[in-house]
Amino acid sequence: MPIHLEIITAERVVLVDDVDLISAPTKDGRVGILPRHAPLLTILEPGELGIVKGGVRTPFAVSGGFMEVLPTRVTILADTVERADEIDEARAEAARKLAEERKQMAQSERDAAIAEAKLRKEMARLQVARLKETSRRQ
Amino acid sequence: MASSREIKRRIRSVKNVAQITRAMEMVAASKMRRAQRNVLATRPYADRMRDIVGDLTSRMVGGARKGTLLDVRADSNKVALIVVTPDRGLAGSLTSNVLRRVGRFILEQQEQGRTVETFAYGKKGRDFLSRSGQNLQAEAIKLGDAPALEQILGVATAALSRAQAGEYSEVYLIYSEFINTLVQRPTLKKLVPVETPEASDGSRLDFTYEPNQEQVLAELLPRYVETQIYQAILESIASFYSAQMVAMRNATRSARDLVRDLTLSYNKARQAAITKEVSEISSGAAALAEA
Repeated sequence: MPIHLEIITAERVVLVDDVDLISAPTKDGRVGILPRHAPLLTILEPGELGIVKGGVRTPFAVSGGFMEVLPTRVTILADTVERADEIDEARAEAARKLAEERKQMAQSERDAAIAEAKLRKEMARLQVARLKETSRRQ
Repeated sequence: MASSREIKRRIRSVKNVAQITRAMEMVAASKMRRAQRNVLATRPYADRMRDIVGDLTSRMVGGARKGTLLDVRADSNKVALIVVTPDRGLAGSLTSNVLRRVGRFILEQQEQGRTVETFAYGKKGRDFLSRSGQNLQAEAIKLGDAPALEQILGVATAALSRAQAGEYSEVYLIYSEFINTLVQRPTLKKLVPVETPEASDGSRLDFTYEPNQEQVLAELLPRYVETQIYQAILESIASFYSAQMVAMRNATRSARDLVRDLTLSYNKARQAAITKEVSEISSGAAALAEA
């Protein structure tokens, strides 16, 4: 029995698919969702969102958001989400550098916190960009 | 009466104006369609968000609401107002209708002894608020035709975090609601304290919250309100282009009417000149014949 997964951002519906496993980065660490999981509502952290279907794992970069898990349905309300192979590594690296500079230049504590959050998002993107679609035996 | 050459020059310039307004009408029409699509595209996110917030709040006990956007400290006499306007003009009375609503709101609040601090999306509103000295706190302009949620967060977060800190007792939003191509309505919405949406069917399930219910709510509520602001901005963009399209259509029509009137006067002037010439010639001939 597959899980019906919907990934939605404020701008559009990114993905609707039936998948076998979802591996998501949360505040309390990585969680793996299989069918018939207990109802769960959790906060997502910047990181790699892995979607396994038919033994193939597709990595996505997610910058944060929420995940609602129901026994047969999972909804991810993402801030931003990109497929690993859609990320331009060179540009992601440039964005990460910029975020790092901003963090060092930050005047106030609030600016520093914003820059820190931005930096974590960019690092997650870069890390995901380097993952290729990997096969995984179930 | 103006000379026929002058009239001819005016006809040419009015025709040019008509060409420009006609082009602007067509551009606005296509941008309006795209803007309407963007408004619809954000619905699935907003709907799910509302369901989740509804489910979660239906299971909250009274105490847990304290200090969240559901229950901000109400003893402050300051309220925040977020104003959404377009960046540009040439859209008929759209902007002035919104700004008139803003003016009325501020007066109403002041009569109740409250101070209003303002936050602006869009250049027109920003200019109005800063010119009239309305405690402008933050602004975001030139967001383009299809801003992403991330782009609009700065101003919204500033207003909401200050509300959460107890600085504002209420947060309001005024924007131009898109009803249809011909009707856009300036609309006032209360954002904070957040009105809890109805729980959906999912609320019967026994959810686990990670890290915990309070933290999930603390992250979810601002995003819920930000989504409403985001939708308002997208609707305002759709409103702007439909108002502009209608304004430009009217302008084109008036220009064409004017060309018709001017052509008539031109022909009259030309006819008058000919008649005058003929009568001069014939009276000259008549004078010669008499002699």
